[in-house]
Amino acid sequence: MERKVSKQNVFIIPCSGIGKSLGTVGRKAAYKVIEELRPNQARTTCLALLTIGDEETLKMIRENPCISIDGCPAQCSKKNIEASKGKLVRSIMVTDVLRNHRGLKPEGVIKLNAEGEKLASLLADEVVKEVDKIEGDDE
Amino acid sequence: MGMAANKVGIISCSGEEIPEGTISRIATRLVLEKLRPEETVTICLPLFLAGSEDERAFARVFPTITVDGCDKRCAEIGTKKYSGKPTATVVVTDILKKYPQLNLKSRDELNAEELELAEKVAEEIAKKVDEALSQKRGAKRRKS
Repeated sequence: MERKVSKQNVFIIPCSGIGKSLGTVGRKAAYKVIEELRPNQARTTCLALLTIGDEETLKMIRENPCISIDGCPAQCSKKNIEASKGKLVRSIMVTDVLRNHRGLKPEGVIKLNAEGEKLASLLADEVVKEVDKIEGDDE
Repeated sequence: MGMAANKVGIISCSGEEIPEGTISRIATRLVLEKLRPEETVTICLPLFLAGSEDERAFARVFPTITVDGCDKRCAEIGTKKYSGKPTATVVVTDILKKYPQLNLKSRDELNAEELELAEKVAEEIAKKVDEALSQKRGAKRRKS
């Protein structure tokens, strides 16, 4: 079944998470959603563009729904979107998904281990649910 | 940040939207994990806005090298804006000019060619780490 092309783009914005495996899990999940699962509905932008206040990016995240994905309690993605007055509709913590799958031990930043990959897939499924909810609300 | 004496900071752009951003991130990790693990530290760039004054002190505590994927130079601009002037900067698209045959495709998993470019960028960063440390030691000697 072909999915309809969205009138709007949902921005999936992972934290930069360069210091921790869970940052890579968030980033990987975001790519899974925008490249494989919902390529016509979801997209991303560089979080760093919010940090420096890039006008064009600010306009886009103020006009379109955003989902933040954060790997640690600093919640850089959520806080950068809020500080930029973006339309944040859902904030997801990688640790919340991990809590429901306690057996998984994600490792690696450059390259995730198999359990990290598995967690990224589970997280991507959570993000997709939110994207579909937003799309449903839009109809 | 008490062990600042012999450390250099590296701040990468997050670069989620483009393959060059992923190169910048992977190259930074290669330096942190493999090339100069004892001499380098990092911080997530968006923490400058999301975090506290402690985080914003980063570039004032460590000589800092920024690594950017594109000429928007978010890491360089963000570091200057919130923390301090970087000691040196690296921009992936500048290095890429030396390899016009390379056509970057992936934002997620790097292929062999892209990984090779990340390694070259990492070597550039490592050179700048060595220069920053040598300047730091020189300044220390002049003081004593």
